[in-house]
Amino acid sequence: MAAVTTTTTDTHIRPLRRRLSPGRIAAWAVMTAIVLVTLLPFYWILRTALSSNAGLAASPGDPLPVDLTTGGFERALGLQSTKEAIAQGGAGGGLKFWRYLLNSVIVSTLVTVCQIFFSAMAAYAFARLRWRGRDKVFALFLAGLMVPTIFTLLPNFVLIKELGLVDTLLGISLPTMFMTPFAVFFLRQFFMNIPKEVEEAALLDGAGKVRIFFRVLLPMASTPVLTLAVLTYITAWNDYFWPLMVSYSDSSRVLTVALAVFRAQTPQTGTDWSGLMAATLIAALPMLVLFGFFARRIVSSISFTGIK
Amino acid sequence: MTIASSSPPSRLPLSGAEGARTKSRTGREGAGESRGDGRLAAVFIAPALLGYVVFLLWPTLRGIYLSFTRFNLLTPAEWVGLDNYVRMVHDPIFWDSLTITVVYVAINIGVQTVSALAIAVLLQRLTQSAVLRGVVLTPYLMSNVVAGIVWLWILDTQLGIGNEIIAAVGADRIPFLADETWAIPTIALINVWRHVGYTALLLFAGLQAIPNDMYEAAKVDGAGEWRMFWRITMPLLRPVLAVVLIMTVIGSFQVFDTVAVTTGGGPANATNVLQYYIYGAAFARFQFGYASAMSVALLVVLSAITVLQYRLTRAGHTDLG
Repeated sequence: MAAVTTTTTDTHIRPLRRRLSPGRIAAWAVMTAIVLVTLLPFYWILRTALSSNAGLAASPGDPLPVDLTTGGFERALGLQSTKEAIAQGGAGGGLKFWRYLLNSVIVSTLVTVCQIFFSAMAAYAFARLRWRGRDKVFALFLAGLMVPTIFTLLPNFVLIKELGLVDTLLGISLPTMFMTPFAVFFLRQFFMNIPKEVEEAALLDGAGKVRIFFRVLLPMASTPVLTLAVLTYITAWNDYFWPLMVSYSDSSRVLTVALAVFRAQTPQTGTDWSGLMAATLIAALPMLVLFGFFARRIVSSISFTGIK
Repeated sequence: MTIASSSPPSRLPLSGAEGARTKSRTGREGAGESRGDGRLAAVFIAPALLGYVVFLLWPTLRGIYLSFTRFNLLTPAEWVGLDNYVRMVHDPIFWDSLTITVVYVAINIGVQTVSALAIAVLLQRLTQSAVLRGVVLTPYLMSNVVAGIVWLWILDTQLGIGNEIIAAVGADRIPFLADETWAIPTIALINVWRHVGYTALLLFAGLQAIPNDMYEAAKVDGAGEWRMFWRITMPLLRPVLAVVLIMTVIGSFQVFDTVAVTTGGGPANATNVLQYYIYGAAFARFQFGYASAMSVALLVVLSAITVLQYRLTRAGHTDLG
C-alpha cells in the first residue's frame, strides 16, 4: 500500500510526463510482486507435472522439472498400466479422464447455451414488451438475487432425487439451465439502454417483435452476451459442490469432482504430486484457452461495466 | 438496420408464427403501442419463469419448510416444529463452525478487499495495461478445487516449494494446512489468491466512473497520490465498494470447496466451516431437517449482513455529481 502513496515529485514542474520517482518505482515493484504471486503457481503446476515423483522427493526446491518425464500426464490420462503407475508413485486406480472431460463439456455447454438464451428472452420481455404484471414478476426475479445459491442446493438435491435424475448429467445441469436472476437482470439492463428508435425503425419496416429480438437486439447485445456466456461457462466448469451432491459414479462425474477424488486416492508412497498436477493442468487448460480467445473483450467488459 | 432484407430466423419453430401474428397486429394498430404484448411476453418469459419457480422459489420455500421437519430422504418429512432450531442453539459444534466461518470471512474479506483496492488503483493510476488486467484475472479461471490442490502442494510441509523457501531462510517449516492455528488463515489466503483479481476488476470498473479531471485538478493544486486516494478515490468509489463488499462477503460465507479439498474440515474440526458442517449433516448423517435449519440460520445471517452493510455504507448514495 505504501507504494501507491508517496510521491515526492513536484507536480508543478514536470519535464517528463512520467518521471521515475521513488513512489513510482515502489509501485511498480508491488505490481511486479502481484504478477509473480499470480502467475508462479501456474509455472509450478507445469514444473511438477513434468517431474517424476522420485525426482520431486529428491530435489523439492529445484526450479526446473526434475528428471523430465511425461509420466504424470500418462497417469492422469489413464494411459499407464496399473503396474507402471504404482511403480512411478501413482495410485494405480484408473482415472477415466476423457469421460470426465466430456461430462464437463456437456454440462457446461448445456447450462451456458440454455441459460443465456432463456435469460435473454426473459430480459427482452422485461425490457421491451408491455404486459400486465411485468413489474411485479420482475421484482420477484430481483428478490431471487437475494437468495444465496447455496441455500437452494439441499432442497434442489431432494427435488432432483424425486425426479429420478440423481447421477445424471441432466440432473447436474437442470437447476441453472433456465436462468439466473443475475443474467436476466444484467441483460435487461443492456436491452433497456438500446435506443427505442432502433426498434421503432425496424417495426416500421414491418418486422415483428420476435424478429426484432433475434435480428436486431440480440446481435447488438453480442458483446455482453458473449462475456456473460464465457463467465457462465467458466462458473459451470468450475462448479464443485453441486456436482459433488448429485453425481456418484463415473457416468456423471465432472472434472472438478474427479480431481478431488484423484487427490483423495493417496498411494502408500505418499501423494502422487506429479500425476495430480498433470491432471490439474489438463482440467484447467480448457478455461485458459477459452479465456485466451476472448480475454480482451471479457476484461474490458468486466472492467468497464462491472459485470459480476 | 438491415433486418428486413436478411432471411427470416429459422432457429426457433415459434419465431415464424409469432412474427406473423405480431406483424399483422402492429399493421392494424400502427406502432402497436396502445395494446400490450401479453401472449408474446408469456412465450418469452415462460422458460425463465419455469426455472425460477421450480429451481429457485420452490426450493427456497421448501428449504424453510424442511427446517421444521425430521427428514432422512428415505421416509417422508415429519413435522417436528422448532426441534431442529432448539437443537442448533444447543449444538456446540454449530457455534464452533459459525465462529470458524466468521474468522475465515474476516481474514478472507479483509485481505482481499485491501489487496483488490490496491491492485485496482495501481491498474488505474500506474498503468492502463489491458494485459495486466488479464493477468490478474487468470486465477479466477481455475476452480476452487484446482486452486486448493495447487496450494496444498506448494505449502506441503516436506516437499512444497513454500516450505523449501522457509527452510532455506533458516526458519522452521510450517504445516500450513495440517495445523489448527494456520489452517483457516491459509485457506482464507488461498481463496484471496483466486478471487482478488476479479474483485480488483470490479473495483476498477468503479474507478473508471471517476472523471480524470478531478485527479488533474488535484495535481495542479499539488496533491500527492496518497492524498488523492483518500480525498478523491475513496469517497467516490464508496458505493461501488459497498456493493462489491456485500457480494464478496456473501460469497465468502459460503466457503466449501477449498475446505473439502485441502483439509476435509480438520485438523480436529479446526476448519469445519458452516457449509462443510451442513454438508456433513445432510450427506454423511442424513439429517436433512437439521441441515436445512442451519442453512436457514446462514440465510438469516447473510440477509442481516446485507441490510446492515447497505445501511452503514449508504450504498445507494454517491458523492459523484
